[in-house]
Amino acid sequence: MERVVKYFGLAFLIALFSFQAIASEADVAHEAEEEFNVSEMIMHHVKDAHEWHLWGPEHGGTTIYLPVILKTKDGIKTFSSSHFYHGDIIHDGENHYFKGEGPAEGLAMFHEKIYELDSKGKLHFENGHVHGNVKPIDFSITKNVTSLFIGSFIIFMMMFSCARYYKRNGAVAPKGLAKFMEPLIVFVQDEIAKSHINEKNYKRFVPYLLTIFFFIWINNLLGLIPIFPGSANLTGNITITLFLATLTLILTLVNGNKNYWSHIFAPPGVPKALLPIMIPIEIVGIFTKPFALMIRLFANITAGHIVILALISLIFINKHEAWGALSVPMALFISVLELLVAALQAYLFALLSALFIGAAVEEAHH
Amino acid sequence: MDLVTPDLGLLFWTGIVFCSLLFLLAKFAWKPILTAVNDREKSISDALELAEKTREEMKSLKAENDQILKQAKAERDEILKDAKSTATSMIDDAKNKSKEEAQKIVDAAKDSIRSEKAAAMAELKTHVAALSLEIAEKVVRTELSSDEKQKALANNLASDINMN
Repeated sequence: MERVVKYFGLAFLIALFSFQAIASEADVAHEAEEEFNVSEMIMHHVKDAHEWHLWGPEHGGTTIYLPVILKTKDGIKTFSSSHFYHGDIIHDGENHYFKGEGPAEGLAMFHEKIYELDSKGKLHFENGHVHGNVKPIDFSITKNVTSLFIGSFIIFMMMFSCARYYKRNGAVAPKGLAKFMEPLIVFVQDEIAKSHINEKNYKRFVPYLLTIFFFIWINNLLGLIPIFPGSANLTGNITITLFLATLTLILTLVNGNKNYWSHIFAPPGVPKALLPIMIPIEIVGIFTKPFALMIRLFANITAGHIVILALISLIFINKHEAWGALSVPMALFISVLELLVAALQAYLFALLSALFIGAAVEEAHH
Repeated sequence: MDLVTPDLGLLFWTGIVFCSLLFLLAKFAWKPILTAVNDREKSISDALELAEKTREEMKSLKAENDQILKQAKAERDEILKDAKSTATSMIDDAKNKSKEEAQKIVDAAKDSIRSEKAAAMAELKTHVAALSLEIAEKVVRTELSSDEKQKALANNLASDINMN
């Protein structure tokens, strides 16, 4: 098993670095002339990207170019994102986009979204949005996907090494990583799963709750690291939170017992006349709960990133280093707060999932 | 608006990665860890329970021991007391007996002394009588060896009679 894991790790690293192409520094002059746009900079950092920018100017700095995988009408196309970032920058009014070159011929990237160029080789804009151009389905290994791989790999290695410790030493008092992880694992099992899901059913959901807890926590922490392998706003991405919330919703619906459904379609103690109002409310309620889960995690993590970036931007807005004396301590304070939020949001997501699942499998007791 | 628009590609990768992570962790991490932790918890609680039980047993055993010890002590005391009283009575008996014996011996000795004395007295009396007779015979003989002496005696006797 150990060899398989090592092999997996090696393959992962090779895969990761084979996509890496480091660009030389150039093209600084063009950047400096542009007005510093705070909201654009922040949005750029908070959103997904096809490159992993390390340092240097935005275009031409040191960057890991990530692979692009597109499903176009001609089939699946795979190439490095450097074919966009190294391509021509086309200015069209207020908008500018990268025109792909080489294998990316005929494609263009506008705000990290990839479109097919029309017959004239252009993108059409309406109110700052691309209009009319075909959008191929983008399965690229973006910054968030890479971060997802790294985060999941870290979690798996951590937990696997804990598990190995127990396998080697048997049921003894833990040491090292296991000593640190065990209280958290036991906490999730006892305080989140056991105390909110009934005794009969809670064991089934412990692996899921543990996985989402550590997945959210570790990825939150990775997002707080300002440079590779951190800095991706993975858990503050609506797609990730949507996926996790949907899993909780599916678990709730699949495991909902007779008692759960009867509370929705025939709430006890409610007069018959009110049922036409109550049933739709209850049905909406099924979806609002995971919806709130999705928004809470997304908003908390994204907000944290935005606040830190905004504080750092103070220096660049005012164009003087002295502002660092204000913005750095504040950003540090928010970063420390974010450490707390990272754990808190993971806890809340797992706790609320346990609550919803607990409500779905609860036995009738009245 | 992009910020709140889910992305299909990312959703696809998230689905694959999260589901495989869930599967791998459940199989290779959570199961062994939770099994180990719960087993240990169980063994600890079992051990504690056993210790508690043992303590209870020890307590009851000790109480029993104390009871037994107490009983034994009481028994010993009784035996000692019995022994003492027996000894005392034996000594008393012995004393009494020996006293009696001594008394008997003394009495027997006294009796024999008395009878010896009586016998001796009787013998002495006989001897004295015989001796007095002999003396008297000798005296009479000397007194009556001459006429004057016979006369003197007669006178003497006669004066004695007169005094009566």
